[in-house]
Order: sequence, then structure tokens, then C-alpha cells
Amino acid sequence: MGSLFKKLTRSQLAIPLFALFLIVIFNLIRDPEFFSIAIATNNDGNTVLTGNLISIFNGASAVAILSIGMTLITSSCKGQDISVAAMAAIAGSVFVSVLRSNEITIPVILLAFFLSCVVAALFSLFNGVLVAVFKIQPMIATLILFSAGRSIAYWINGGATPTVSSPLLTSIGGFIPGIPIPTPIIIMVVFLILITIVLRLTNLGLYTQVVGISERTAHMNGISPVRIKLIAFIISGVCVATAGCITVCRIGLINHETLLLDAEMDVILSVAIGGNALSGGKFNIYGSVIGAYIIQALTVTLYAMKVPSAAVKAYKAIVIIVIVVFSSPVVKDFVFRTYKKLFKKQAEKEVQAKAA
Amino acid sequence: MQNHIVLSMKNISKSFPGVRALKDVDFTLRKGEIHALMGENGAGKSTLIKVLTGVYPKDLGQVFLNIDNCLREINVKSPYEAQNLGISTVYQEITLCPNLTVAENMFIGRGSYQTVNWHTMKKRAAEILEKLNIPARATQQLDTCSIAVQQMVAIARAVDMDCKVLILDEPTSSLDEQEVEKLFSLMRDLKSRGVGIIFITHFLEQVYEICDRITVLRNGELVGEYEIKDLPRVQLISKMMGKDLEDVSALQKHKPVAEETDEPPVYEAAGLSSIECSNAFDFKIRKGEVNGFTGLLGSGRSESVRAIFAADRITGGKIRVNGKDIKIRKPKDAMMQGIGYLPEDRKRDGIVEDLSVRENIILALQVMKGFFKPFSRAEAEAFADEYIKLLGIKTPSTDTPIKSLSGGNQQKAILARWLLTNPQYLILDEPTRGIDVGTKVEIQKLVLKLAEEGVSITFISSEIEEMLRTCSRLIVMRDRKIVGELNGEEMTQDNIMHTIAGEA
Repeated sequence: MGSLFKKLTRSQLAIPLFALFLIVIFNLIRDPEFFSIAIATNNDGNTVLTGNLISIFNGASAVAILSIGMTLITSSCKGQDISVAAMAAIAGSVFVSVLRSNEITIPVILLAFFLSCVVAALFSLFNGVLVAVFKIQPMIATLILFSAGRSIAYWINGGATPTVSSPLLTSIGGFIPGIPIPTPIIIMVVFLILITIVLRLTNLGLYTQVVGISERTAHMNGISPVRIKLIAFIISGVCVATAGCITVCRIGLINHETLLLDAEMDVILSVAIGGNALSGGKFNIYGSVIGAYIIQALTVTLYAMKVPSAAVKAYKAIVIIVIVVFSSPVVKDFVFRTYKKLFKKQAEKEVQAKAA
Repeated sequence: MQNHIVLSMKNISKSFPGVRALKDVDFTLRKGEIHALMGENGAGKSTLIKVLTGVYPKDLGQVFLNIDNCLREINVKSPYEAQNLGISTVYQEITLCPNLTVAENMFIGRGSYQTVNWHTMKKRAAEILEKLNIPARATQQLDTCSIAVQQMVAIARAVDMDCKVLILDEPTSSLDEQEVEKLFSLMRDLKSRGVGIIFITHFLEQVYEICDRITVLRNGELVGEYEIKDLPRVQLISKMMGKDLEDVSALQKHKPVAEETDEPPVYEAAGLSSIECSNAFDFKIRKGEVNGFTGLLGSGRSESVRAIFAADRITGGKIRVNGKDIKIRKPKDAMMQGIGYLPEDRKRDGIVEDLSVRENIILALQVMKGFFKPFSRAEAEAFADEYIKLLGIKTPSTDTPIKSLSGGNQQKAILARWLLTNPQYLILDEPTRGIDVGTKVEIQKLVLKLAEEGVSITFISSEIEEMLRTCSRLIVMRDRKIVGELNGEEMTQDNIMHTIAGEA
């Protein structure tokens, strides 16, 4: 029991999991029905699952995907990319402009997605070059696209906010006929599996952490810090394109001004709540993803409590302060010491009992 | 008698999860003495100091401090509290702000948060600097001073806080001889003013030069307290290592000089230069040979070996490995040719501090194996276990972050990293710096054993004796140029000095 507790408190996932657990408990006490999942028929005549749980997972998909790329950038570059949401608007615009100039079929959608991935990866690579080669601080380097990104998105579709509609797109942003789970959740799961495979089959995780902790050591052991950072930015670009395209499919149009507005801060917050140091180094992708779900769960909870939407952000901020303070080393150390004091006597007794 | 004691620690015990760091340790410091605290890595020196300065809470024991001429028990909870009580520490790494002035560094963060009177501050700083004979101006920016002077400013800062106990934790490891001398005269001056100084160092000569008394720790236990004149060097070493005297002296043996053969050299460079090492040089090493680069600090020894490993950008030169022309442009190229490099600056170039001992050990081999071929957890675990046993690395588990190991054990882990790659040529740049005598001896033994197995080794050490013991050929450097080469019988301390000095 002691060692399990120790392992749990030391694990990076301890705080995010605990926070998630608290939100769940809070909701169960407040309203036992909160997590019930109902089967309903939607406007398109599909049998679908509905409920708060579904909307949490569904709503957090884009931020969760973005947080994967952000985690890699944070770890290797010791800083954050604040342009992800603006780049998602660019990717979304490319996606829509390709769709509008063609008849919407599955190959065209795939092509449009592929092109938006390429464009987003290139823009992200631009950030990467500034950060990795020119050694500009990430926040300053990405400030450029943070401010210019939505203007670039505006040009791509000639200043309009065109709509795209097709049953195919609805199934990407909503439900595939016959499958009751929202497609964004499925895409998120697939994405998570893919990144897990990448981390398993390559040394991306190890190299990224080594670069983030000590570039000089990385260099002395044959790892190129520049290359690793660029890889992080390229992967983040793909994440950006995916998040952007999902959001376009969900709302059926591209609005370069509002698409994923302010999402970059939620993404950075997910990374932080996930127990990752924003100063780089060790990371845990799953922590960031859980972080994204915590943020969304909070939002949904607050809405369910009928908190006016304008006030939601303030309440969210309070909870987030609590989480961040609790995961600080100061508090962790205090909890650990208190635990030791409380259970020291018990442990000694156990030792004596064993000896006897 | 009581009045002469400035600090007394009784029955101090401290445990960390899985490790007993200190057990019933007593320590007494008298007024106006320089007291060496000696022990191998992991003997508990740092822990004892950290308990004293309130970094760690102690589990058991009492600490008494002389306050107004009588010993009072104190219970220090933070380094800040310790400072207020008159216990100051100067660490090996300078913990001042390099871009502030000397005066600002001396007075910053001192108690009151009232407005600063810049004028008085400068005047006061100038007074102290003059009193302590420190060659620095109060208005000078700190990073324009040499490391030794910075170290002295740190001491001046500590001393001005009405310091009774001054702890110097390896202050000399980055200083050259002249600078050490300056530091010592400052220490003697403080001693005459009645300050009790605890001096931690790995340099035996320095202990015998300046200290009055020695306390030896081993494995967290007190071995004893000795007057310096009662404890000859060899006995001190044997007390620290807990080994018999013969064992220590048996280490003093030469390795026979590698014979010339028809085989091409393992590594051969012609006209090699890098951006850090602009004077092109020729160099070769044969199979199983141990050679060394020697010279004063800053003579270009490290820069030369870094050029061999391509750690700095290469600007020219032809390289042959086992007689074949090879291009080595970056560290990975060198690694793929079976060259390993244990860097001089362990902390910045060697360890990946937050990662586990396991990940640190497999890193180089993993990089050589390739990005797309990660080792499985079981393989990595097996490698780590094997080398932890082989080198006797003291660590609670393979999963422990390397930063929580002692310096010597970190160094062994980095050594394990390179041994794991099965190198044919290993460059060891100051592998014994800042680590205890026991591990030093182990590393020297290992060097000789590897050479017998046919590994070529280039060895760099600031301690000439160590070089004489291990190397069969010495390359002498001065002012970034190779100025001589000594073989076999020519290798004596005298000869080396003369060659460095440039007198035939």
C-alpha cells in the first residue's frame, strides 16, 4: 500500500488523474444523472449516444489533438507555440478552398486534408526554423504567426467565410451513419494510438526529452537538437491541420476570425495540467490529453450548473489555480512529508511485527 | 574549553528512502580553525552540510552553536535561517548574479527590504574588499572578474554576514594554482579573525597545505577526527576508502609502453583543427595504448580531444581509422567509428539530469542503433543492471533520476554509457575530477584493464600523478599548441613541468 501510494504520488499523472477524479465525484454528488448516456435519434436519422460525458469527449477533441504537438514542442524547445489556433485557421481555410473547387467525394476530402496538413506543417516548420536554427524564444517566434495567421487565412478564401456542406463532412464533424459515437472522438483515439505507436517504435520520446533537458549532452551523444525540434514542429503541424479540419467539418464553414479562437491557451493549459513542466524536459503525452479533457469537463460542468457563459471563464480560472497550485513541487513535497509523518509509526510497527 | 568550540553536531542521523545517509555522526568545529571534511562520494559530507544549513531536516541528533560564548541548541529549518545565525556556505558553483556589480552581489537579498542606499553600499563593499585583500572593484560587473575572484566575492558576501561558521564546498575545483593560493590567503586571514571554516575538497595536497584538523566520514558513519600532523596521507586515503595500506600503494604501477607494430594506428589525424582548436595538430593512437594530453588549465587539452570527437565544428584535417580514410564531422560520425568521449563537464555535457540511470546508460548505444530501433524496456533494463553491477554504481534502482546520485556515481554511469558501446577508442576528459579517492582509483584501474583488453585510451587529468600512473605517452600542450611528447622513461613530473614551461 505504501509503495503504491509512493508510486502514484511520484507519477506525473497523479495530479491530473486526481483532478479528473474530483470533477467526476463532484458531479456525481451534485447530480447522479450527470454521467448518464442516452440513446437518441438525431436530425439526420442516426441512432446516436448523447449525454454530458459524450459532449466532454467530443468537445475536447480538437484541444486534445493540439496538446499532443504542443507537448513535444514544450519538451524539446522549453517554450510554447502560441500560433497553433491561428495556424488551424489557415489549415481549415486550405481545406475549405480545396473542397469548394471540387465536387466533395472521399478522395477529394482526403486530398484536401493532406494539402492542409502540408500547409500547416510548412507554417509550423517556419516557426521551428526560427526557434531551432535562429534560437529565437518560442513565444516570440510564434507571435509572428499568432498575429499574422488569421490574416493569411483571410486571404486564402478571398476574405469570405464560405460554407461547405456535404453529408460526408457532417459524418466527419458529427456522426458516421450506424456508429453512435461522435467521429471526432474516434479520430482523437486513432490519433492517440498513432502517436503511441510512433513513441514506441522510435526514439522520439527519449531524444525529445534529452534535447529538452540538456542540448549539450544531446549533441555530445550524437543527437541533433535542431532536427529533433524541427520534428516536433512538423508533428505539431499535422496536429494543427487535423484539429482545424475537424472543427471545419463540425461547423460546416470556415470563419478565419473565430475558428478555435483562444484555443492555444487551453492547449498550453492542458500541457501544464498534465504535469508537464512548461520549461521543457520530461513529458507525458497522456497527461496533456487528460488535461484537455479536464478543461472540457470543467466547462461542461459549469454549463450544467447554469453558470452564465460569460462567467464560465472566471470559475474555470479558480479551479485551474487550485490544480496548478496542487501540482506545484512545494505542495507535493508537503503532502509527501505529511504522509511520511503520519505513516511512519505504522510502518515501524509493521517492521516490528515482521521481526517478531 | 567550551568557548573555543563554535559548532558542535552530535549523533546526527538522516535517512532517505532506501538509503541511510548519516548514522550517529559527531562533528566539532573550533574557533579559528580550518577543518577538512573528507570522505568518498556518498560518504555523507554533503548531507551533513545540508543538515547543518537547513536544506534537509535531520532525523535524529542535536546541533549546538556558540551564541554569545555559550553553546545553544539550534534547529535550523532553512538556509536563510542558517545565514542569520552566522552559518554561511559557498558552493562549488558560484551562485551569484553575473550581470550585477560586485557591490550589488555582496549586499543583495540581505535581510531588509528597505530602500537601498547605493552610495553606502558601494563604500561598504569597497571597505570589505580592501580588508580581505580581494582584487576587485565594488562597481565592477561580476562576470568581468575571474572565477577565483568571483569565488572570493561569494566568500566576502558570506563573511560580512557576521559569519561564525564558513562552509566551503569544493571551492577550488575550477581554480588554477595561483588562484587557489589567493583563496588560501583569504582563508588564513579569516581564520586569524576567529572564523571556523569547514573545507570540503578532493585535493589532498590542499588539505595538507591549509587545514588544521580532519574529520573523515565513510558510508555515512564517522571514522574519526584527526589532527593533521598525526595523519599521513596514505593513512588518510586508507581511512576514507576503508582499505588496507598495501592496496592503495599497489596501485602505483606503470603500464608497459605499447610496442610499435605494423598494424595501422586505431586513430590517426593529420592537420586536425576545429573552431575551438585553431592550431592544426597531428595525432595518432595505437591499439591498447593509453596516452594523455597534459598542460595547464586552458592550454587546449580539452579542445584537442573535442576536435577528435568532432564535438566542436571541424575546420580541417584528414582522419584515418584503422588505416581507412574516414570523415568525422559530428559526434555521431565519431561514435559510429567506435570512438567514445567522456566529457570534462559532467553536469552540462554528460548527464541528462532528469532522466533515469537506465536511460542515461543506454543513451549512446541507443543513438548508434538508430532512431527507429528503440531498445525494449527489458533490454535496456538488462544493460543497465549489467553495468551497474560491473562498475559498482550505487543507485536505489535503474529508474532513479541520475541527478539524485552522487558525483562519482554519475561519472560511473556516464562511463557505463560509453563502455556499453564497446568502443575501440575511448577519450576520458578529466574522468576523476570532483570525485572521491576511492572512485578515482577504481577508474584508473578500469583504464588499465580496458587497455589490456585492447581498447585505446586518451586520458586527461589535472593531477599529473594520475597521468603518470596510467599513460605510456604524454602529449604536452601550452597556449593551445602541442609543445612536446614524452615517452616511457622521459615521463617524470620534472620533465613535464619543464616541457610545459618551455625549458629543455
